[in-house]
Amino acid sequence: MELHDLTITQTKKALLDREISAVELTKLYIERIKSLDEKFNSFVTTTFDKALELAREADNKITQGMNLPLLGMPLAIKDNFCTQEIRTTASSFVLEDFIPTYNSTVAQKLFDAGIVLLGKTNMDAWAHGSSTETSDFGSTKNPWDLTRLPGGSSGGSAAAVASDEVLAAIGSETAGSVRGPASWCGIVGLKPTYGRVSRFGVVAMGSSLDSPGPMTKTVEDAALLLEVLAGKDPKDATTSDHPVKKYSQGLKDKKMMTIGISDEYFENAEKEIGEKVNEAIKLLEKLGHKIKKIKLFNPKYAIDVYTILMRSEVSSNLARYDGIRYGFGRDRFGEEAKRRIMLGTYTLSSGYYDAYYKKAQKVRTLIIEDFKNAFKEVDVIIGPTLPSVAPKIGSTANNPMFGEMADILVEPSSIAGLCGINMPVGFDSQSLPVGMQIIGNQFAEETILNLAYQYEKETQFWREKPKIK
Amino acid sequence: MKIDIKKLAKLANIPLKKDEEEKLEKQLEETLKYIESLNKIDTSKTSETNEVTDLKNVFREDIVERSFTQEEALKNAKHTYNGFFVVKAVLSEEMTS
Repeated sequence: MELHDLTITQTKKALLDREISAVELTKLYIERIKSLDEKFNSFVTTTFDKALELAREADNKITQGMNLPLLGMPLAIKDNFCTQEIRTTASSFVLEDFIPTYNSTVAQKLFDAGIVLLGKTNMDAWAHGSSTETSDFGSTKNPWDLTRLPGGSSGGSAAAVASDEVLAAIGSETAGSVRGPASWCGIVGLKPTYGRVSRFGVVAMGSSLDSPGPMTKTVEDAALLLEVLAGKDPKDATTSDHPVKKYSQGLKDKKMMTIGISDEYFENAEKEIGEKVNEAIKLLEKLGHKIKKIKLFNPKYAIDVYTILMRSEVSSNLARYDGIRYGFGRDRFGEEAKRRIMLGTYTLSSGYYDAYYKKAQKVRTLIIEDFKNAFKEVDVIIGPTLPSVAPKIGSTANNPMFGEMADILVEPSSIAGLCGINMPVGFDSQSLPVGMQIIGNQFAEETILNLAYQYEKETQFWREKPKIK
Repeated sequence: MKIDIKKLAKLANIPLKKDEEEKLEKQLEETLKYIESLNKIDTSKTSETNEVTDLKNVFREDIVERSFTQEEALKNAKHTYNGFFVVKAVLSEEMTS
């Protein structure tokens, strides 16, 4: 086993046992990114000098006998999280030269926990998309097949983790942007409950939906990262004071659960995807979990609700980019951003607000109530994460709603503010990764992580690696 | 559904070229048509959700804290003058006509 194959837990042990220094470890990852990233384009900005400086600090702390949750761990952060003195573009030319003077809460917490930042990862510009193709810095490629999309919007983070360019990465999800790329790249992606992780300093997309989350090789790594990221933040009034659990310790004792399955989620996915997810459900049944058929609101309506809510909030959030205080002017917005801003302006405009935004907020209530009823009967809900495996690069052109359509199965839970996790469940007939999602109630991260961990123990799909040519 | 693309572009403050106007107009009308199906759902007895985790009235103490220095706040601005942001004239002939 190579060093870059290790998980956070394993790497940290190697560091604390002095088998390797943080500087040596960081140099190894830097070399990997230098030799591989030409193929994947996972990064918008690399921060190798800063990484070596942080690694030297980590080594000093280890020598002094200090311990921090992520001490010396080489990570990457999606480029929509503000990082002090490090360029933050959200993959848009509007912010091509923007150097924040402060850290997002997520970045600050990670630095305080001791990480070594290797760089800022590529994404759909402004997180608008499900492929990374809308990035002004060029699309990221899927490590499993370089002619295919990695998914998005956190596609750079997903590709970097899948190809072991980094130990783990941070993504953000509005509806599908963590779980989706995790599914197409065959890694673990956790979308926490809305308000579980602070949005302060994140380039905003849909403010009533945005949820930062970890993208990792294993469930345990995701739990460790969530422990660091979660919690109330005075700078984000929508964060919750719901207690933060010791998620990594909550994995060990096998909880028995009732798993809800809804036909609508399978009907909207390709047959081969459904079959793989059903195999996973059978395995969970064999482990002693109870399977229960439930009926959920047709996810088709979630596309409509999501399109209206997200584009309305996008138009409001992106109004602040005027090129006066930072960045460049509005002529630099790409096609997708223009499309979303324009539709959102329409749905929020006088005379149309009630028919669109308000109507969508009412249907949102119905979707929330629908899930509330479901969670009276079941502990978690399982379904395919995305309807297909990773499509070819270029195949999304001329579909003005590609993102919203691709994310049909993750939109309902995002609209309801629920937590969810993507788990790799094997490969299709073309050897491309397939993912299932485990959806939990609000603030039930411990529950979905527990079940995901039980499944991972049995299958170990995370050990499968793309053959990088 | 007919969209007044020029008016919308002005409201959104998005500069559009002629070919972009035509393409966007068509795509936006397509999207509006797609989301029409929401009207099939009866929401006459439903109230809207504005916050999903049921938070109510989040207050904080109004305490003055150290924020950015003037230098930091202006660091990313393309045009500054005597410690101020320079902005384009807001009132113009076009606006009053």
